[in-house]
Amino acid sequence: MSNNTASSSAGANGSADSAAPRRNSKRPKYSRFTQQELPACKPILTPRWVISAFMLVSIIFVPIGIASLFASRDVVEIVDRYETACIPAQNRSDKVGYIQSSADKTCNRTLRVTKRMKQPIYVYYQLDNFYQNHRRYVKSRSDEQLRSRSGENETSSCEPEDVINGTAIVPCGLIAWSLFNDTYSFSHNNQQLQVNKKGISWKSDRDHKFGKDVFPKNFQNGSLKGGAILNTSIPLSDQEDLIVWMRTAALPTFRKLYGKIEQDLLPNDEILVTLENNYNTYSFNGKKKLVLSTTSWLGGKNDFLGIAYLIVGGLCFFLAMCFTVVYLVKPRRLGDPSYLSWNRTPGGR
Amino acid sequence: MDSKNPIESSPSIEITLNSSSRRSNSSSHSKASRGNSVREVTFGDLGSKPVRYGSRGADSEGFSGSQKEISDEDARLVYVNDPEKTNERFEFSGNSIRTGKYSILSFVPRNLFEQFHRVAYIYFLIIAVLNQLPQLAVFGRGVSILPLSFVLLVTAVKDAYEDWRRHRSDRIENNRLTWVLVNDQFQQKKWKDIRVGEIIKIHTNETLPCDMVLLSTSDSTGVAYVQTINLDGESNLKTRYAKQETLSKTPEKEKIRVLIKCEKPNRNIYGFHANMDMDGKRLSLGSSNIVLRGCELKNTAWAIGVAVYCGRETKVMLNSSGAPSKRSRLETRMNFEIIILSFFLISLCTIVSICAAVWLRRHRHDLNTIPFYRKKNFNDEDKDDYNYYGWGLEIFFTFLMSVIVFQIMIPISLYISMELVRVGQAYFMIRDTLMYDEASNSAFQCRALNINEDLGQIKFVFSDKTGTLTENKMEFQCASIWGVDYSGGKDSSVNEQVGHFVQVDGKILRPKMKVRIDPELLQLSRSGNNTEEAKRVHDFFLALAACNTIVPIAFDDASNPTVKLMDYQGESPDEQALAYAAAAYGFMLIERTSGHIVIDIQGERQRFNVLGLHEFDSDRKRMSVILGCPDKTVKVFVKGADTTMFSVIDRSLNMDIIRATEAHLHNYSSLGLRTLVIGMRELSDSEFEQWHSSFEAASTSLIGRAAMLRKVANTVEKSLRILGASAIEDKLQQGVPEAIESLRTAGIKVWVLTGDKQETAISIGYSSKLLTSKMTQIIINSNSKESSRKSLEDALRMSKKLITVSGTTHNNGGNSGGAVSPVALIIDGTSLVYILDSELEEQLFKLASKCSVVLCCRVAPLQKAGIVMLVKNRTSDMTLSIGDGANDVSMIQKADVGVGISGKEGRQAVMASDFAMGQFRFLVPLLLVHGHWNYQRMGCMILYNFYRNAVFVLVLFWYVLFTCFTLTTAINEWSSMLYSIIYTSLPTIVVGILDKDLSRRTLLKYPQLYGAEHRQESYNSKLFWLTMIDTLWQSVVIYFIPHLAYWGSTIDAPSIGDLWTLAVVILVNLHLAMDVIRWSWITHVAIWGSIVATFICVIVLDAVPTLVGYWAIFDIAKEGSFWLCLLAIVVAALLPRFVVKVLYQHFSPSDIQITREAEKFGSRREFGAVEIEMNPILEPSRR
Repeated sequence: MSNNTASSSAGANGSADSAAPRRNSKRPKYSRFTQQELPACKPILTPRWVISAFMLVSIIFVPIGIASLFASRDVVEIVDRYETACIPAQNRSDKVGYIQSSADKTCNRTLRVTKRMKQPIYVYYQLDNFYQNHRRYVKSRSDEQLRSRSGENETSSCEPEDVINGTAIVPCGLIAWSLFNDTYSFSHNNQQLQVNKKGISWKSDRDHKFGKDVFPKNFQNGSLKGGAILNTSIPLSDQEDLIVWMRTAALPTFRKLYGKIEQDLLPNDEILVTLENNYNTYSFNGKKKLVLSTTSWLGGKNDFLGIAYLIVGGLCFFLAMCFTVVYLVKPRRLGDPSYLSWNRTPGGR
Repeated sequence: MDSKNPIESSPSIEITLNSSSRRSNSSSHSKASRGNSVREVTFGDLGSKPVRYGSRGADSEGFSGSQKEISDEDARLVYVNDPEKTNERFEFSGNSIRTGKYSILSFVPRNLFEQFHRVAYIYFLIIAVLNQLPQLAVFGRGVSILPLSFVLLVTAVKDAYEDWRRHRSDRIENNRLTWVLVNDQFQQKKWKDIRVGEIIKIHTNETLPCDMVLLSTSDSTGVAYVQTINLDGESNLKTRYAKQETLSKTPEKEKIRVLIKCEKPNRNIYGFHANMDMDGKRLSLGSSNIVLRGCELKNTAWAIGVAVYCGRETKVMLNSSGAPSKRSRLETRMNFEIIILSFFLISLCTIVSICAAVWLRRHRHDLNTIPFYRKKNFNDEDKDDYNYYGWGLEIFFTFLMSVIVFQIMIPISLYISMELVRVGQAYFMIRDTLMYDEASNSAFQCRALNINEDLGQIKFVFSDKTGTLTENKMEFQCASIWGVDYSGGKDSSVNEQVGHFVQVDGKILRPKMKVRIDPELLQLSRSGNNTEEAKRVHDFFLALAACNTIVPIAFDDASNPTVKLMDYQGESPDEQALAYAAAAYGFMLIERTSGHIVIDIQGERQRFNVLGLHEFDSDRKRMSVILGCPDKTVKVFVKGADTTMFSVIDRSLNMDIIRATEAHLHNYSSLGLRTLVIGMRELSDSEFEQWHSSFEAASTSLIGRAAMLRKVANTVEKSLRILGASAIEDKLQQGVPEAIESLRTAGIKVWVLTGDKQETAISIGYSSKLLTSKMTQIIINSNSKESSRKSLEDALRMSKKLITVSGTTHNNGGNSGGAVSPVALIIDGTSLVYILDSELEEQLFKLASKCSVVLCCRVAPLQKAGIVMLVKNRTSDMTLSIGDGANDVSMIQKADVGVGISGKEGRQAVMASDFAMGQFRFLVPLLLVHGHWNYQRMGCMILYNFYRNAVFVLVLFWYVLFTCFTLTTAINEWSSMLYSIIYTSLPTIVVGILDKDLSRRTLLKYPQLYGAEHRQESYNSKLFWLTMIDTLWQSVVIYFIPHLAYWGSTIDAPSIGDLWTLAVVILVNLHLAMDVIRWSWITHVAIWGSIVATFICVIVLDAVPTLVGYWAIFDIAKEGSFWLCLLAIVVAALLPRFVVKVLYQHFSPSDIQITREAEKFGSRREFGAVEIEMNPILEPSRR
């Protein structure tokens, strides 16, 4: 290394008068680290690198984009928006009043299958404009209470749905209180379609977050009912609707898994849905949708990723072409000293 | 660590001169700096000059004219050997010292108090406190104080460690032993138990435990030699005296009844003022009667003194203070951007609060029924509002909460990372073997840790000459004796000469330094007193050997046991050089006591009685010694500056010789040599008697002693016969011309400010290549304001003309070389007196900025600072001062960056400096290499830190827009706190310390690259705004790709939060990776390690069942869309940056870019051939 010689030469021509040997020399020890000479790779953006980087990205992205688009197209999805349709015409002027009344809110909907749907078919309910991520809302739960009976009184975070008449509500908090309570039942050719509601929640939640010894208590006993009523004899770890609901959604438009239909549906099958329209989304103009959907390796039906990948891939391909042209038309020799500023502008210092 | 020198080893004790006292000292002596050939430095040492006849107190009295009475309230009364009485009335401090700042109890409050002096910390403290309010609790309690406490803890640990080291060295220091008189016998006592008034006995080579007044010493005349290296860094011996009156007393046997009345403790290490009442007599004590704590006793078997100042009241402790703190320019710039960022922060918060206000307003009737809001607590009897304080307050709280959530927009971690990076950079600067000076065994020192990056932006270098450009190692070159020039020794090499030596006690005594010898002169000096010529030569060398204050010290040669080396210790390097020269010609000074000197003349020992010695002073500019020769004659030998010497030389005698000598002197000084004229005369008995009586009277007088002594000197220093003149070379330091050339090519203006006379300065200017023959010199020597104004105007006109002329020729020629015919301005101190601090300053600045070289000669220390301020006040350019002596202290402190040369002139400059090094030429690697790197790294790091935190905040912000503006974070709160501590901090620190855009070799080869820093290429507002736009885009990509991909899906907040966390961390690290230029294994570990560490942290956090996001990462990572999102985010976010970078590099490559490419692809021949380091700068190749 040239630096080695440099340091030694600097040392050698030190001074003549240091005849007396210096025992405690303060001379810094030489090492490649201290001299900042560690071996290193110094990548430089050469035209070849730039063009191949763009090409590489487009080669990877375009196929992924196409594959994701296909995956998304393969997903069959039936969406039925019912929050207005399920209110009798005469009540539509006062939806909130209707939903809060004790009238029978059963509603029938018919869904037509457009394409063959392979089982399992997932049944979701989708809420729009429902801010499950609202700060007041997400904080209003007590994980200690949900986990074990000993934490039953850990309700401080649950206000304003923490205690009633001095005793703790289990499960406490706004989230649990507002548990979704529309119910769906499906029939196909007058035959009941079984909806499997087991295993719709995360196993990890069932095993570790929701206790097997925690039973609902004082739930929905307040003057204002927020949603579903829980069976007090079933432990929370088996209340899967609650568990699903308690996984608060990230975005204001979200789906929650209601159940699974483990049966294939054929095109033009007509499915009759009998639903209980109990849940009040009318106070905040929330939409309610029932969704039947198959899934692919990419999840549900969403073209966005496929399109995004195609755009980025295409753009990179385009850029690769552009840069090829640029480098051909106006090449610059790398490291050419004539480009240095003090060589370019004469006399400039 | 050398336990003998705890003062030096203890990091906290540093001596800085009280600048005010220093200044008054130097200004009152400023005339001294005009002393013709006597070095400008001497005045700084006046206080320690040994004056045997008459005590040192004389000098200070000289200024006031009469002995100053110390009033009782200003005095401290010390009853010698009666510590009880001494200490009964006043609480004098004990001798134990405490340099540690903290005790165990006070550590926490005091350290916290000191740390919170930073505004940034207070900001974060306020935010942490706000977060503790239940209404505003955005984060959990623990989480919210985590970052601040982390930063505080790191600093506290660092402080505690430093303090522990201080305490340890204090303990060692306090427990050292010394002999103290107790009950009429000397007993060993610990240092910490010494009290004021006690009598202390010190043996040779022992360190003094406190400041004490000397009472008696082993020497019969009461001389003690001390080494003050711990105090002011000067390694030569200083002489201190015990009063004649106390000499005879032996404190063990007789009770001493002495009262010392001295001034209150102060910082002036060169002054001491006291009276001693003894047996009814009153004696005055001066600074030559006191020895200070930290000094070592040398060459004296023992010394007895009485402690007057102890412990923290000693002068060395009063002088201990840290380096002055300066703020880096980049940091000041950065604060501006921080203000912009806080405006961003405020506007983000305002947007959120306005949106929240609108939302609350629109839904004000539904708030009770909206399930995710539910304002009222229906379970309560009175149905209170729950956590709702009305519309206005809610908005206010929203605002505060958003400040809490977006707090890291102001990067707290930046401050701590900057400190760490600077420590790292300083480490590498200190460890740089190329900045180690073999001669003085001094490595580079970084005394200020906060202005590393300023080294990259220096535009003006103000340099001292002596000791900075030159070695301050005087070498006797040639002499003119009796009108004959002996300078033939030039060719003969020093090594061939065995040199003169003397046999003493069977050992060979040989001077330590070898001197170049003129054979002809040597011949003459050996020939005895036969001819007139030889007689003059004899007298000349006798004068050189005798007329000085050198103390000869013989020590064993380590390499050869039969040889003893003679070391001449003295205050002035000129005198040393002359003494060595005399020794080389066979006039070896071998012994000096207070009354006589022994000189070995050509092997024959002769003893001369020193009858009197007249100190050098700034008015006379000469010194003289009156010798009683063995042949019973009495002779006066005088040496001094030519201007004053010729006035006292009898011009009626030997006119031709005087003329010849004058001619020789002119020759010598035009060669850049320092000259002294030597004269002598014999005193007749009557003359001697007359002189002797008046000298005795003067030196024992109490009032106006100095003035009287001067008068006496003038009576004897007259009608001298000229002997000749000596010429001493002030050797240029190694590599100075090349260094100056490099600095100039780099676009740095080098100004030399020196106290030397004009001719010397110009000649040094030529030899250091500061001035070239191509340059037009403008010389301004004026004696009045009017003439200065006129010469300035003329000069301005001339420089304009010159520049335009050269401009046209240059255009016609199309020559791009050095271009403009440069103008050099040479101005002297007298003119500066009229120019500085007047309206002419402006003109001088205009003129100086047109000149490529400015040389100021005969300038006083304060004028040096004035010139620095002249530039500093008028430009925004960075200034650097470099110097080595006490006279440079003010200019070092005034400049943006002060560099001290740890040379021969003591450590005052080093103490005042920000960086210290051994040689001037190290300035080149310091500025061009380390400065360049530091600036580059720091600029990148600051921008990156802004970006890194802003991108995260913006991701949070976008999410807040979709949570009803309620400041929910999908990202786990722990993650958002760890983000700037663990996830992303290490890579930026590592890159900030280790990344190098160009190799050392390239930077030294093309000093022009330094211009990149002058143009602020790596940190400017354009870059800042570009980065911010890029930040905006990247945050949009990070947020919206998952947002759109997961819109209307079952995704839960913690899962998508994990995706965002990982995306932002990976992206931010890759962003940094894109800018890394050198990938060493450490960089790889830091960057990829951080990403891996983030994954691990996220996984760990999601494995805690009590957290909301339990198991989220495992759930989401199962899906393909998670990974596709990550990939898409990284590519799409970096794409614009990459494209811009490539385009920019292709179409307008920066110099750094090109040279980097050349480094990699340039032909091996071109780069391999370049020799390292100090080689002359190659002409940039050009096609």
